Amino acid sequence: MAPAPSQANTDEHWKKTSRLMFTHLGVWFFFGYVVHMFVVPLNKIIIPVLGFPLGFYMAAQGSLIVFVVMLFMFAKQQDKIDRDYGMAEDD
Amino acid sequence: MAVQSADTSAFYKNLGRMYATYTGGFIAFIILIAILEQVGVPNRILGYMFVGFTIIVYAVIGVMTRTAEVSEYYVAGRRVPALYNGMATGADWMSAASFVGMAGTLFLLGYDGLTWVLGWTGGYVLVSILIGPYLRKFGAYTVPDFMSFRFGGNFARLIAVIVLVCCSFTYVTAQIFGTGIIASRFLGMPFELAVFAGLAGILLCSMLGGMRAVTWTQIAQYIVLIIAYLTPIVILSTSRYGIPIPQLTYGTAIAEITAREGQMLASGLATAANLKPHISPFINYTPLNFFAICLCMMVGTASLPHILMRYFTTPTVREARQSVAWSLLFIFLLYFSAPAYAAFSKLEVYNNVIGRNLTDIRPWLFTWGELGLIQICGKNAASIDTIVASCKAIAGHPGVVRLQDFVINTDVIVLSTPEIAGLPYVITGLVAAGGLAAALSTADGLLLAIANALSHDIYYKMIDPNAPTVRRLTVARVLLFLVAVAAAYLASTRPGDILAMVGWAFSLAMAGNFPALVMGVWWKRATTAGAVSGMIAGFGLCIFYLVVTRYFPGAGVSYFGMSSLTNPMTGAPLVDVAKAVAAPGGMDSWVAASHPMANRVGWFGLNNIACGLLGMPVGFLTIYVVSLMTKAPSLEMQAYIDEIRKPRGRTVLEEKT
Repeated sequence: MAPAPSQANTDEHWKKTSRLMFTHLGVWFFFGYVVHMFVVPLNKIIIPVLGFPLGFYMAAQGSLIVFVVMLFMFAKQQDKIDRDYGMAEDD
Repeated sequence: MAVQSADTSAFYKNLGRMYATYTGGFIAFIILIAILEQVGVPNRILGYMFVGFTIIVYAVIGVMTRTAEVSEYYVAGRRVPALYNGMATGADWMSAASFVGMAGTLFLLGYDGLTWVLGWTGGYVLVSILIGPYLRKFGAYTVPDFMSFRFGGNFARLIAVIVLVCCSFTYVTAQIFGTGIIASRFLGMPFELAVFAGLAGILLCSMLGGMRAVTWTQIAQYIVLIIAYLTPIVILSTSRYGIPIPQLTYGTAIAEITAREGQMLASGLATAANLKPHISPFINYTPLNFFAICLCMMVGTASLPHILMRYFTTPTVREARQSVAWSLLFIFLLYFSAPAYAAFSKLEVYNNVIGRNLTDIRPWLFTWGELGLIQICGKNAASIDTIVASCKAIAGHPGVVRLQDFVINTDVIVLSTPEIAGLPYVITGLVAAGGLAAALSTADGLLLAIANALSHDIYYKMIDPNAPTVRRLTVARVLLFLVAVAAAYLASTRPGDILAMVGWAFSLAMAGNFPALVMGVWWKRATTAGAVSGMIAGFGLCIFYLVVTRYFPGAGVSYFGMSSLTNPMTGAPLVDVAKAVAAPGGMDSWVAASHPMANRVGWFGLNNIACGLLGMPVGFLTIYVVSLMTKAPSLEMQAYIDEIRKPRGRTVLEEKT
């Protein structure tokens, strides 16, 4: 059952939403920037079979895949938060 | 909202079947062209058929979905399902620069080119978690609508419109320019004529039906462009490596490139000075510029009005979020394939051009050499005789092509791949149709964003709030037409490098919009005075940096403490600024791009493409400080912000239609 809308409920919902935002922002920053700062050592590792140097691969595909997966997860997680606090739209 | 007639709900139910039929029809059309080619129809005619047929289809969709309803015109009635909106956003997003230019950039820059790939995908994370769904809940027709509501009226609206017009107009000019290049190259039309022919195609799609028509045509354009982009490299990968997944097999190509680079150095075909190893980072951009460009493209994505407004069209906030995820998936399909194009082409050039006898050059080069897009020994590589003659003129030339003899225009990489792979002309025509779809769809979205801001925000909201519906839509269409003609005129003068122009558009959007949008949603304390001064400060600094480094570099050095950018490989300055300032014309204003200091000076060695990196922090800081100095927003406004943050319930802004 969705709880009744109140200021406490609103605040709690926003706190959860903000926490989720910061988590995803952290992952985004890690895969958008931090990984690529280590491209030189990572390039020494060659991915078996495929033959990509790891540093190059992360910028060309790895981080992109993370971004796509992240967004589908985010849509799901935020929807769960909205439902828990009775703030989701009707289906 | 208007009551849905049985007619329209059937339309939404049948979307899947309609677009499946359309895709099947398009594939059948490709097969038909392939058969015509086999029976001997000349290539020129096949090219016209490809481009003509696809443009007619877009125009028919545009006319069929025309509308006279305001909410249909501005936000497609807010009924576009998440998946389809994702496809439309993909087409809206991927422009001529992505389709034609990206692979070429990766060919030239190697690893450093990946900053564009990262930057143009990672931004969607910010769209989804920070801005997009909240604007959907707010219920705006345009981005300036939000700024005006949240930040106290028409002054904020006006600034937002100025930001929108500056970045979108820069961007749309680059798109129409791209349309002209593709049409002139494939159809042999004169460039200026091709620009206006492309314009007609764009207007047919967007003028009658606004957002509604643009949405359904963009989906059709996405299907064409993704088939066109993937087909050649899938075939190439299958024939070379036996696996139809080029995104996996090009790892082997990269290993071969690296091995061949060592060989070329050893045999004197290349020197350490002119060979830029494909996988080595930070030899074309300094680490600062690599990450700065990446950040500007990401944040710019989340600030560009023509992208944000696509998420105003979904039925719910939930679907807006899902739609961002679908968008990135559809965009990802192209972007993770672009490095494969670059690798396959580079391998072909290194193996089969460099080190060959001059008399032994592969014939696919001549097609592009004639157009001046490939040069060998400093002259257009039009035929074997010209190549031999021009190389003989170089003292001590060994008679084989060396790396320093070979110059290729970046646009050629995608366009020439079908020929390199030895594929029939039908595939080349397909690629041309795809490139055109990419340029047209982006231009549609941008023109609509500009025209909507002018008609809705300036005319309806600021000049005549009592204007009847018919007049509002007429004004919107007339303005759309005028903006399009102005952009086409500017494009026909060939203003410059597409990639740089697109980069500037992102930085401008980032500096002007991002701080105010984010603080508007995430910080209740942000006030009107804070936001307005923050937008002016951030956008102002960004445009100042851009204009000074591009047009007044002498003044930048003498009065604003700018110095030369550095060469990423050696760390040495690009220009000796003291000498350049003293030289004749050193202090000129409005200098041409060929001026020794234009785009080569700046603060902290920062490339002007990434000028948003200066503007955005200043914007955030100004909003923060000025907001704290002024009175907090009213309780009523704070309650509205709470409403924006909850998906449930009515939109905050209710437009009368």
